[in-house]
Amino acid sequence: MNTFTLKYKLFTFFILLFFAVTTNAQKDSSFIKRISADTSKLKMNLDAVYNRPFLQMGKLPIALGGYMEINTNYSGTNGVADGFSFQFKRLTMFMASTITKKIKFLSELEFEDGTKEINIEFAAVDFEFHPLLNLRGGIVMNPIGAFNQNHDGPKWEFVERPLSATQLLPATWSNAGFGLHGKLYRSNWVFAYEAYLTNGFDETIISNTKGKTFLPATKQNRDRFEDNFSGEPMLTGKFACKRRRFGEIGFSYMGGVYNKYQMAGVIIDTKRKVNVFAIDINSTLPKLNTMLIGEFAWVMVDMPAAYIQNYGKQQHGGYLDIIQPILKRKIFGWEKASLNLAFRTEYVDWNVGSFDVTGDKIYEHVFGIVPGISFRPSAQTVLRFNYRYQWQRDLLGNPATRTAAIQFGISTYF
Amino acid sequence: MKKRSLSLSVLVLFVLIISCTKLLPPVPKNDEVLAGTIPGLSPQHEKEHLKGDEAFGRIFSKEDGLGPIFVQASCSNCHIENGKGHPSTELTRFANVNGTVIDYLLSKGGPQLQQHSISGYSAEVLPAEANVFSKRVAPAVMGLGYIAAADDQSILNNADPNDANGDGISGRVNYVNPTNFFTSLPIHIANNGQYIGRFGKKAEKVTIQDQVVFALKQDIGITSDFDMQDLYNIQFGNNTGDNVPDPEVSSGFVNNLVFYLRTLKAPPRRNTFDADVIAGENLFTQIGCASCHLPTFTTATSDIFALSNKVFHPYSDFLLHDMGPLLDDGYIEGTAAGFEWRTPPLWGIGLAKNSQGGKLFLLHDGRATSFEEAISFHGGEAASRRTAFGALSQPEKDQVIKFLGSL
Ligand code: HEC
Repeated sequence: MNTFTLKYKLFTFFILLFFAVTTNAQKDSSFIKRISADTSKLKMNLDAVYNRPFLQMGKLPIALGGYMEINTNYSGTNGVADGFSFQFKRLTMFMASTITKKIKFLSELEFEDGTKEINIEFAAVDFEFHPLLNLRGGIVMNPIGAFNQNHDGPKWEFVERPLSATQLLPATWSNAGFGLHGKLYRSNWVFAYEAYLTNGFDETIISNTKGKTFLPATKQNRDRFEDNFSGEPMLTGKFACKRRRFGEIGFSYMGGVYNKYQMAGVIIDTKRKVNVFAIDINSTLPKLNTMLIGEFAWVMVDMPAAYIQNYGKQQHGGYLDIIQPILKRKIFGWEKASLNLAFRTEYVDWNVGSFDVTGDKIYEHVFGIVPGISFRPSAQTVLRFNYRYQWQRDLLGNPATRTAAIQFGISTYF
Repeated sequence: MKKRSLSLSVLVLFVLIISCTKLLPPVPKNDEVLAGTIPGLSPQHEKEHLKGDEAFGRIFSKEDGLGPIFVQASCSNCHIENGKGHPSTELTRFANVNGTVIDYLLSKGGPQLQQHSISGYSAEVLPAEANVFSKRVAPAVMGLGYIAAADDQSILNNADPNDANGDGISGRVNYVNPTNFFTSLPIHIANNGQYIGRFGKKAEKVTIQDQVVFALKQDIGITSDFDMQDLYNIQFGNNTGDNVPDPEVSSGFVNNLVFYLRTLKAPPRRNTFDADVIAGENLFTQIGCASCHLPTFTTATSDIFALSNKVFHPYSDFLLHDMGPLLDDGYIEGTAAGFEWRTPPLWGIGLAKNSQGGKLFLLHDGRATSFEEAISFHGGEAASRRTAFGALSQPEKDQVIKFLGSL
């Protein structure tokens, strides 16, 4: 079977499964339960995979859920318009089941840009031995920063994912592996840790058609779920803490060897590592209810000797979202609707350093701002209107190319 | 009421979307960019040009044959924005000179250093025997189609190897052996099987295609139908490191690149009506800069109609000149001595900063960081012109500089 028909069949299977569940629901509304996200406990980015609305049928042990994102895009660079397009960004479906009380399974399947890309974003089983000790195995989401773990479209006020998540870090980034996670509650505080060993990056991060160090390039490697390119596991670890009415802060690390340094047991190259550090914050200011969500990441890559400087040894970047609810009441008959103003500032520097020959600074960076308005008829659905403006400079820092985009999008859980 | 306000919001949204054009960034001023096609191209030609543009920007990786040793991974990495290059991408040629005998050290990886390599493979290092070095910064690639369309006679007209006219300038053409894929056109005049070179810092390339094929191989390590022999680190071992079947690009790819370069517009000028710019150009001619930096040429008949019989202003004579000891790097290339350089076209030099990261890196190796400094290195045949420039009053010098900035 070629990959296209395989994709097509998978896609149809999930659509049918979903409709089977929901049409049943219409016949007998007591048969199907909508499990809304549990808000009683302090939820962290770590919990995002399970903290989603699900539909459960009767006594069936499976709950289903998902979300979709569609938007319009009108953009242009330096006066040349790319034209107007509708973009069906993604359709994601989750399937969760509680196998026994302390064994849970969740999978997340994503169809991106129609059926162009189909990814298993997450498919892992969790064994709870103790709240502080859970074993997770499968395709896990590497907890680097917060966006990667908490990326569902309907949770965000912006049409585009942050540049630092797509152009610096490879959101969504998941890999086959195992690890531990746990949480500790202390009055108003909760502390959490996660540590996984997974497959890692490959050499395309420094040899690709982008012409720059580009971690997301490894996502194109279709073999990466069954074959670890470097032969060494990658470690991802995160520590986060949250205080009620204050917010969450996370510190994370991800790193490992990315090149093939041995073949048939023979050393063929020196081991080269990629290291990533990230800080993420998530807070709501008291009284004003202003939400602040941000993340900053640093990437360090060991380069082969005599490599062109177009590929940076160091990179960094991040974003800060400020979201201000301005109306929270019944609007157009929707009980808990809200209207928000949103503003994102973002930055990615793909090549931090200076030229060996001249000592001048290397640029290769992008800076963007995105003001927007979002309307949420309910917490699970968002209509958002964004205006994006970004300045991108080349390696030498020549005059920036300016890109703007006007985007209207809908994202909703179903 | 509710329905009304809902419809109203939807309406507002659509109005916003329709008025979008206003919110997009403006086009940079046409006379400040180094991209775009020559006037008068047909839509098919424009399409061809875009294909070439893509080829020019293509970044090669090890999977598509880059290297295994190379200088850069893409045409546009050196010719950023089609403009003048930056010292970070400079290339080095090397040789051993012993008296009058030059050895290009071909068995040691000469004549050009490929200082970079794909991962897991060693780059070249300068061999101990090398004692002369020539460093070169990439030139701008604008307007090359016009230069290629001029006939040999128009270049020969200005040659004066024995300075018969006594103006102190004795430019000569560089006759070179044609490549094995060269086809002579009516514009070419053969001389004992050799042809006039007009491209390259030593006027050592006859056609754009010669330069494209040469650069693909020597600078990027890419083989093509025109040159199937890959480049290896001889210091490491021949036929190692690159397992991509040759040719690594098709003749179509090479043709696209050639077409792109033929149809890139000439660099646009700015402030041509400014009184200082006009006065500056007059001084430029008066003090004899224009003896080499010749303002005007006309193309011959060309297969591309838009290039046929067109007047263009390169500010170059495409001849080799003795530039004196300061610019002598001792590296002999063909018949060109170390002190001989082809007059570089000055068109587009006013926009060099926009492709060199806000600074200027002038002359063949980028050593001069201002127009004045570039002039100060002019020796040999150009020494009298340097002196004449030095003798100008400060306001006059400023006018010449302003003129150069308008190019
Ligand atoms: C004898 C011929 C000759 C004359 C006369 C001459 N030039 Fe040049 N010019 C050259 C050559 C050859 C080069 C390139 C030298 C090199 O790259 O090392 C050059 C380079 C330059 C450059 C730098 C161009 C670049 O792309 O980096 C400038 C600017 C320039 N000349 C301006 C002038 C001015 C102004 C005068 C008059 C004062 C002048 N030249 C007179 C031959 C000449």
